Amino acid sequence: MASATGPTGTSTRPNQGAGTRAGVGDSPLRPDGTLKVTGEFAYSSDMWHEDMLWGCTLRSPHAHAGIVSIDVSEALKQAGVHAVLTYDDLPAEMKNYGLEIQDTPVLAHGRVRHHGEPVALVAADHPETARRAAAKIRVEYEELPVVHDEASALGEGAPLLHPGRDDDHAPHVPHPNIVHRQPIVRGDVEAAAGRAEVIVTGEYEVGMQDQAFLGPESGLAVPAEDGGVDLYIATQWLHSDLRQIAPVLGLPEEKVRMTLSGVGGAFGGREDLSMQIHACLLALRTGKPVKIVYNRFESFFGHVHRHPATLWYEHGATRDGKLTHIRCRIVLDGGAYASASPAVVGNASSHAAGPYVVDDVEIEALALYTNNPPCGAMRGFGAVQACFAYEAQMDKLAAELDMDPVDFRQRNAMSRGSLMPTGQPVDSPAPVAELLRRVKAMPLPMEAQWESADGGADVRALPGGLSNTTHGEGVVRGVGYAVGIKNVCFSEGFDDYSTARVRLQVAGGEPVALVHTAMAEVGQGGITVQAQIARTELGVTQVTIHPADTQVGSAGSTSASRQTYMTGGAVKHVCELVREKVLQRGRELFGTHHPAWATAGLLLEGGKVVTDGGEVLASLADVLGEEAVEAEDEWRHRTTVPFDLETGQGFGHVQYSFAAHRAVVEVDTELGLVKVVELACAQDVGKAMNPQAVVGQIHGGTTQGLGLAVMEEIVVDPAAKVRNPSFTDYLIPTIADTPTIPVDVLELADEHAPYGLRGAGEAPTLSSTPAVMAAVRAATGRALPRVPVRPEHIVQV
Amino acid sequence: MRVTFTVNGRRHEADDVWEGESLLYVLRERMGLPGSKNACEQGECGSCTVRLDGESVCSCLVAAGQAEGREVVTVEGLAAYAKERAGSAHTGGLAPVQQAFLDAGAVQCGFCTPGLLVAADELIERNPQPSDADIREALSGNLCRCTGYEKIMDAVRLAAARTGDGAPEVV
Amino acid sequence: MEFLRPATWEEALAAKAEHPSAVPIAGGTDVMVEINFDQRRPTHLMDLNRIRELREWEVGDDTVRLGSSVPYSTVIDQLASELPGLALASHTVGSPQIRNRGSVGGNLGAASPAGDSHPALLAAGAEVEAESVRGTRFLPVEDFYTGVKRNALAEDELIKTVHIKRAEGPQQFSKVGTRNAMVIAVCAFGFALHPGSRTVRAGIGSAAPTPLRARAAEDFLGAALGDGGFWDSGRAIPPSLAREFAELCAGACNPIDDVRGSAAYRRRAVGVMARRTLGWTWESYRSTGNGRTTEGGAQCA
Repeated sequence: MASATGPTGTSTRPNQGAGTRAGVGDSPLRPDGTLKVTGEFAYSSDMWHEDMLWGCTLRSPHAHAGIVSIDVSEALKQAGVHAVLTYDDLPAEMKNYGLEIQDTPVLAHGRVRHHGEPVALVAADHPETARRAAAKIRVEYEELPVVHDEASALGEGAPLLHPGRDDDHAPHVPHPNIVHRQPIVRGDVEAAAGRAEVIVTGEYEVGMQDQAFLGPESGLAVPAEDGGVDLYIATQWLHSDLRQIAPVLGLPEEKVRMTLSGVGGAFGGREDLSMQIHACLLALRTGKPVKIVYNRFESFFGHVHRHPATLWYEHGATRDGKLTHIRCRIVLDGGAYASASPAVVGNASSHAAGPYVVDDVEIEALALYTNNPPCGAMRGFGAVQACFAYEAQMDKLAAELDMDPVDFRQRNAMSRGSLMPTGQPVDSPAPVAELLRRVKAMPLPMEAQWESADGGADVRALPGGLSNTTHGEGVVRGVGYAVGIKNVCFSEGFDDYSTARVRLQVAGGEPVALVHTAMAEVGQGGITVQAQIARTELGVTQVTIHPADTQVGSAGSTSASRQTYMTGGAVKHVCELVREKVLQRGRELFGTHHPAWATAGLLLEGGKVVTDGGEVLASLADVLGEEAVEAEDEWRHRTTVPFDLETGQGFGHVQYSFAAHRAVVEVDTELGLVKVVELACAQDVGKAMNPQAVVGQIHGGTTQGLGLAVMEEIVVDPAAKVRNPSFTDYLIPTIADTPTIPVDVLELADEHAPYGLRGAGEAPTLSSTPAVMAAVRAATGRALPRVPVRPEHIVQV
Repeated sequence: MRVTFTVNGRRHEADDVWEGESLLYVLRERMGLPGSKNACEQGECGSCTVRLDGESVCSCLVAAGQAEGREVVTVEGLAAYAKERAGSAHTGGLAPVQQAFLDAGAVQCGFCTPGLLVAADELIERNPQPSDADIREALSGNLCRCTGYEKIMDAVRLAAARTGDGAPEVV
Repeated sequence: MEFLRPATWEEALAAKAEHPSAVPIAGGTDVMVEINFDQRRPTHLMDLNRIRELREWEVGDDTVRLGSSVPYSTVIDQLASELPGLALASHTVGSPQIRNRGSVGGNLGAASPAGDSHPALLAAGAEVEAESVRGTRFLPVEDFYTGVKRNALAEDELIKTVHIKRAEGPQQFSKVGTRNAMVIAVCAFGFALHPGSRTVRAGIGSAAPTPLRARAAEDFLGAALGDGGFWDSGRAIPPSLAREFAELCAGACNPIDDVRGSAAYRRRAVGVMARRTLGWTWESYRSTGNGRTTEGGAQCA
C-alpha cells in the first residue's frame, strides 16, 4: 500500500516540463536496470585487466600493540609475488589519510590501534599466492593495554590513542581521548525541572551496527604511462577519495584519474577509504594493474561502522502532558581513528531532543578514541542512536502520565517555526503530529495470521519461523510507535556543493541531453532522478548519464540524504542555464520570425520551443542544428554555521526530514524470539521525485532499523577484538524476517529546496528501531533499554 | 588443474585452476562471467546462486573441480533458459522475472539481483502460483540490503502472474 | 592442494587410505567456507559427488538407509513420513540453496555441536556406517560425537550410510536462532516417541561440546508414561510431568556463553523446547491413536 497524496509543492517554473513523460514525479525504469538484471553491470569487484595482479592486505591480530619488527623476506621469495609493501615503502611525505582529521595511517607505523588494522600489502599473480605470501610476513608485536570504553579511555593514566593532537577539535576537548564534544544549552533547565510534575530517567545502549552492503570493498588500479594511475572504484564520493589518495601517492590530483564502477550498496560504509590507496601503491610499484577484493571477513575490518552509544536521559513533563525539559548525555565510541566522529557528535547532540518542542535543554554528546574498530558514517548518522533513546523516554513518560503514547507525542510535536535545541527555527513544514496520525490510522494487521483453517499453525508466520519453536505457545502481540527527525545535507558551515555539466545536442534528428556529474550512484537511483530532471527542464525524451568520474567537479557525497537535493539541484540549475542558452540561440536565429520569441516564459516541451500557451515556435533540432549547447556550474544549498562550542547554538542544519513508524510484533515470551508482523511508515518527502524509488528507500531504511532492533551487532570483546566478522554471526534480516511495510507518503514542499523535495534516505532508518522496541516492550512488559535486543534480555536470564 | 563444464549451453574450459577455487571464482575470473556475485563466499547471502544440473546452489560452495562435466546456468543465461523452458522461438529480451524486477522497482544497488533472479526463476518453474509464504521461504537464502524485500515480493508476484496468465513467457 | 575425483566408493576408500589427510567434500557447505576464508588448506580435496550410491536412499522395514551425500532437500521431500524429525530438522538448515547441497553425512563429518541433524538423529535412533579399506564399522550415533567438531572416524574412514530408525510414532524438532531463516542454532532439540518400545528419546544440540541425549529425562518420562498407563490410555500429560521432563532436559545441557547466546539462555530454551515438543508429539499420538504423522502436526510447507 503505497499511497501518495497530491503534491502541494511549488516550482519556480510551474509550467516547464509539466507534461514531460518520465520526468519529475514519474517512476521511469532505472537506466542501469537492464544491465543489472542481465548480470552485465560492472561492479568494482568485476573489474578485470589483462595481466593484472591481486592485492592482499595483512592485518593486525591485536587491538593495541607496538610493532617491534616486520620481516618480509620470506614473502618476497615466494614465486608469483611481485611486491610486498610496508610503511617504509610509502612514497610521499604524507602517510595518513582521513575524512576530516588525517589520523589514519595508510599502513601501520610502529603501532597498531585496532584489530584488523592494515600492516602490509602483497601483490601476486593469484589471490591464493598473495594470501600465502602475506602469511609469511613476520611481524613482531608487543601488546599494549587496551582502551575499550569510557572508563578506560578517560581514566587516570589512560594510554592516549593519538598523543600530540593538533586537529581543530584538540583545543576544546576535555581529554585527548575525546575526538570532539558538543554541548547544547538553551533556556533554564534547573527552573524547568522545578516545574516538572513527572520526571523519568533512563540509560540506553545501542550496539555497533554494520552497513553490511552486499558488494565488498574492491577496485582496480591501472598504472598509466604518465606516471599516474587510473582507479576504478566503488565509493560514495570520488573527489573526497581523490583529495586523500593523491598526497599519499605523491601525485598531483590530475594524475589520479578515478572512475566510479558499479557500487554494491554503501549506507555510509564507503565514505571512508578502504583499499583505494593500497591498490594504487601496488600498481605504481609493480607497473601492473592491481585488483583488490575483500571477502566478507575482511570487509568487516575494511570499513567503519555505526557508533555504539550509551545515552543517559532525563525528561520532565507537566501532568497535562507538556514536556518541561530534557537533560541528556550521549557517549559515542569512535574507535581508533576519527573518521566522521566529529560530525556524528554534532548530529547526535543537535537531534538529541527529537522532533518535540522543549524550551529548556542541557545536552552533551561526545565521541571517544578507543582501541575498538573505527566508527563513522552509517545511514542515520548520530540521529539513530538519539532517536532510540528519546522515543523510549517518550513512551516511559506517557506511561507515567497514563496517556496514549501517540497522543502524548502529538501534544509535544514540533511544527513549522518550532525551535531546535540549537535555537535554529524549523522553517519548513514539520508534520510530526500528522505523520503519527497517519501511521496510527492505517488498518491493523489481522490477529494470529499464523492460524491455518484447520486449526494448525503455519510456523513461517510465527516467531522462530521454520525453526519450529512455537505453534502459538507464549506468543503475545505488541504495538509500538515512534517518530524521528534527521537533518539533510552537510551541516555546521561545511561548504557543501555539487557540480553538473549538461550538454544538449541533436543526434539522429532528436535532441539528446548528456548529464555529467561525479555523483556516486550506490543503488539509490540518483541517476534515474537526474535523467528525470533533465527531461523536465529541457523538454526532451533522450537523456544519457555520463559515467561518474573525476573529469568533472565534485558532486559531494552520496550520504546525508543529500544527492537528490544537491546533485539533483545542480542538474536542475545547469539545465536552466542550458535552457536559457537555447532560447537565446533561438531568439538570435528565429527571433524575427515570430513576436513570441521576445516574450518571457518560453518553454521547452516535447523537443520544441513553445510559448506558455502551447504554440510551437521551433523544434530543438532547428535551434541547435549541428551545435551543442553546454553549461557547467556548481550549486550550493543555503549556508549554515558551526554550532557554538559552549552553547551549541547556531543555524547548523540545511533541512530536516521526518518519518513515523508503527510496529506490530509478536513475541514468543518464553523463548524471547520476535516476529515483526508489520512495520508501517508515514514520511514527508516534500516532493516524490520518483514515487517508486522513494518508497524503495523507505522500505530499505525501515528494514535496516528493524535489523538494529532485533539482530544486528558487531560484537567486540573487552580485548577490543571483533568476535563475529561474518554473515554467519553478523545477522541481517532475511525476507523471512521482514514484514510487509505499508508506506504513506506525504508531500509538503520545502520552499528552500529544489522542487520542494526533502532528502528521504535516512529518516525511515531512525524511527523503525524504537517503534519495534516499543512494540516488544508492549508485548513483554520489559524495559529493554538496549538494542539489538537479544532473547536473553526478553526472557531475563 | 583443468576443468571443463557447460555454462549457459556452451562448453567452457579453464586451465591452471587452483584446486581450492570455487565454481564462483572460475565463472567470474576465468570464464568472463562475473554476473554471479561474490558477496559473502560462505553460503549466507545467495548472491552467487546458479543452477547446477538444474538445482539452485551457492556457486561459492561448489569446488570448481566438482563442476567438471556438469551443466551450469548463470544469470547471464537466464533469459535463454527461461525461453527454452517456455518453448519460445523468440531470441533476445529478458526472462519474465528479469522484466518483473525492473518493472516493480526491485533493483537498487543490484548486487543481490543475479542470485535472487536465479532463485525466483527456479521457484516459479517449480511452483507457478506461489503464495507469499512460499516466496518468502524460497528466497530466504538471498540477502538484500537495499530494498527491504517489499518490491522483490511485488516482482515475484508479478512474474508469476504474467507467466500464469498465459501471457507470453518471454517479454 | 590436490583434487581427487574417485568415480566409485572403492576408489574413494583407496584414496582415503593412501592420503589420510584428504578432506572429503560433498555439498561443500562447510569445507568450502573454510577454504574461502583461508581457515583450512588440506593436502587433498576428495570430491564425493561422483559416487552414485552415496546419493541413494532406501526405506527398509525398520530403518532408512540414507546415503551420506543425500541432500537435505531430498529428506524433506521424500522422507518426511519415515523420518519426520529429521525432515523438520532438515528444513531448518541454512537456505534452499544449502539444503540442495548439504547432507546428513556432511553434518556428521563436520560434527559441529550446532549441526541441525544431530538432535533428530539422536531422538530417532541412528547408526553411522563408516568404512575404510580395512572394513566396515557401525557406530551408534551417540558414540560418534567425540568433541567439538571431532568425531569417531579413523583417519582412513569415510561415512557411507546413515541407518536411521523409521518413525513408529510422532517426532518433533525445534531450533532456536535469532533470525527466522538461515541461522545457526543457538540450541536445538529433537524428540521422538517410540510407542513400540514404550520409550522416548530426546536429543540436544548446541548446548554442550557435543550433541547429546538427555538420558535422565528420557528415563524419567519413559517410566512415568509407562507406570501411569499413558501409552494405553492416551490421556493428557499433566503439566507437572512435562515440567519435570523439561527441567531434566535443561539439566542435561552443559553449554557455554558465546556470541550466539548465553549458557543460561540455552538451558532455559532447551527446557521450553522440551516441554513444547513433548506436548506436540503427545497430542499427535493421542489424536491418531498410535498414528504416524507426517510432519508432526506443524504445517510446514
